[in-house]
Amino acid sequence: MHVDTGHNFPETIQFRDAIINKLGVKLIVGSVQESIDDGRVAEEKGKNATRNALQITTLLDAIESNKIDCAIGGGRRDEEKARAKERFFSHRDDFGQWDPKNQRPELWNIFNGRHFEGEHFRAFPISNWTEMDVWNYIKRENIAIPSLYFAHEREVVWRQDTWIPNSEFLVLEDHEEVVTKKIRFRTLGDITITGGDESEADTLEKIATEVAGMRNTERGNRSDDKRSESAMEDRKRQGYF
Amino acid sequence: MLDNNQLLRFTTAGSVDDGKSTLIGRLLYDSKSIFEDQLEAITNTSKKRGHEGVDLALFTDGLRDEREQGITIDVAYRYFTTPKRKFIIADTPGHIQYTRNMVTGASTANVAIILIDARHGVIEQTKRHAFIASLLQIPHIIVCVNKMDLVDFSEKAYNNIVAQFEEIASKMLVKDIRFIPISALLGDNVVNKSKNMDWYQDAPMLHVLETMHISSDTNKVDARFPVQTVLRPQSNEFRDYRGYAGRIASGVFRTGDEVTIMPSGFTSKIKSIDTLDESLKEAFVPMSISMTLEDDIDIGRGDMIVRSNNKPEASQDIEVMLCWLNNTAAKPRAKYTIKHTSNSQKAIIKEVIYKIDVNSLNRNNEDKELLMNDISKVRIRTTKPLMVDSYRENRITGSIILVDDTTNETVAAGMIV
Ligand SMILES: Nc1nc2c(ncn2[C@@H]2O[C@H](COP(=O)(O)OP(=O)(O)O)[C@@H](O)[C@H]2O)c(=O)[nH]1
Repeated sequence: MHVDTGHNFPETIQFRDAIINKLGVKLIVGSVQESIDDGRVAEEKGKNATRNALQITTLLDAIESNKIDCAIGGGRRDEEKARAKERFFSHRDDFGQWDPKNQRPELWNIFNGRHFEGEHFRAFPISNWTEMDVWNYIKRENIAIPSLYFAHEREVVWRQDTWIPNSEFLVLEDHEEVVTKKIRFRTLGDITITGGDESEADTLEKIATEVAGMRNTERGNRSDDKRSESAMEDRKRQGYF
Repeated sequence: MLDNNQLLRFTTAGSVDDGKSTLIGRLLYDSKSIFEDQLEAITNTSKKRGHEGVDLALFTDGLRDEREQGITIDVAYRYFTTPKRKFIIADTPGHIQYTRNMVTGASTANVAIILIDARHGVIEQTKRHAFIASLLQIPHIIVCVNKMDLVDFSEKAYNNIVAQFEEIASKMLVKDIRFIPISALLGDNVVNKSKNMDWYQDAPMLHVLETMHISSDTNKVDARFPVQTVLRPQSNEFRDYRGYAGRIASGVFRTGDEVTIMPSGFTSKIKSIDTLDESLKEAFVPMSISMTLEDDIDIGRGDMIVRSNNKPEASQDIEVMLCWLNNTAAKPRAKYTIKHTSNSQKAIIKEVIYKIDVNSLNRNNEDKELLMNDISKVRIRTTKPLMVDSYRENRITGSIILVDDTTNETVAAGMIV
């Protein structure tokens, strides 16, 4: 399942479709645009408006209508402080909400995935991995990844201490200037909120070396996390992935 | 990558204000495991709250409730890597009502770090922490006597506390205990050797963690393979393939080995051991594999494949050290679902043999009520046999959880005696 904000990197969509083709599986798309058109959510207004928070409704609607028992994701505990408390099998109530104070204890390797109808689980198999582990694994197992993770030339704008990619959704302010830089992305989200780093790392080896020397957290360039100290926790409680 | 020898998991235990958060913050800070943006955020918060300098405890304060109340309320996980090792910290709160969190954090730990405030010495909570560490059979315990700066770095004060702890530990089963005098606040003997305690000759804490030998912590002897699922691919290439897939709980399996399927008791030989990319001659704990056998036998999830000359006990009556984890007390004679490896059965708690007062460590034979945080020895009866080893010998085939069918919550965790 892909929750599509409509504000995508074209490369992400290409990669998604190639994977689906290769595996021969069915893709479910939950569309934020449709949620807006149906009046389920309203577009944010103002200068820093994004569709990040709107995804929650789309995600939960798609989970409900497809009767999904368990949504498996790549969230890791080292990414963000609210994620540090996640269980491997993380329970979501009827409203898709997370109750961090009332989680099921998880001991040894025994997991409890039982739920009532209407409830679901989020499962995070690589909870205990770090960013470095991920890169080492991709390298060792030779796993295909979107080109966006490799350093490449791109039109970008300096905003909120990071390089935001130029796109049809970006509204430039007077003092802002589009420049071309060699950058790469450490995490990928909606194109309007994902900042890149200047980098020369255009191979897996170079990325691994770069990551090993990083002095900032992986999601540090995600403006969605920076809205407040508890931005991630607040969204997760509501059902954000 | 997540190689067992390179990866060390430890849990921290201490009462509120013993300095756990400060210690972890100090460890991360001095080992340069803190990212610049995290440091900046925490420096800002420290300033806002009027602290002079950086409040290292803020690194581990995860959720908003905690930040507001200033206490740690659930297990949080931290990661850091040094050139020698990768570490996973299960940071568990020391608050009285949270025995369950420590049990949870301890269930996967190689090492327990127990903090003691040098001014207060061994207190009731320390006993509880040591007891839980021994109950969960954490192989190594490091006792950190913290806040040595507040007792003038006195060797005598430290030795007193070591003696107090050894006294209580002598009544428990602990394989390896070490002691380190530290000041989490000032950094003495955490990452760097203390300049204030010449009398302490041994290595600082990080060095101990980096060099600790933990490869013996898994059971490599008793071959146990709990079946999770049967693989019967629908493709032409694998028309006749029937593989039993799962994760090896302990020991080693080789092709040609004589195996017994439990509980049915049928025997066969291992024909092949397969992974996604290749077939293997031998596989061992903790690999995930698919196994095929020479004979066609009815095998399903919950069955266990073992070597015929080394079998676990198959039993419907098991004795368990049980930690109650739920707000709702155990209901006498009520049915629960018991989960053990890949096996789920119905079960009742037939008898509470005794309860343990976690503060005095005395047994109580009168009180039979199981409340949240209670630890007791119980007898459980299951509808079908479980293939069990004692927890002391095998952490994986020796552990169970109980699930309440009316709420689906995990209500208890147990270690098979
Ligand atoms: N003097 C001194 N104070 C310490 C030391 N370690 C922690 N503290 C202080 O003790 C208080 C409680 O520490 P904290 O880490 O929050 O304890 P926790 O509740 O166990 O996580 C804080 O005010 C710390 O600054 C130490 O080694 N020496």
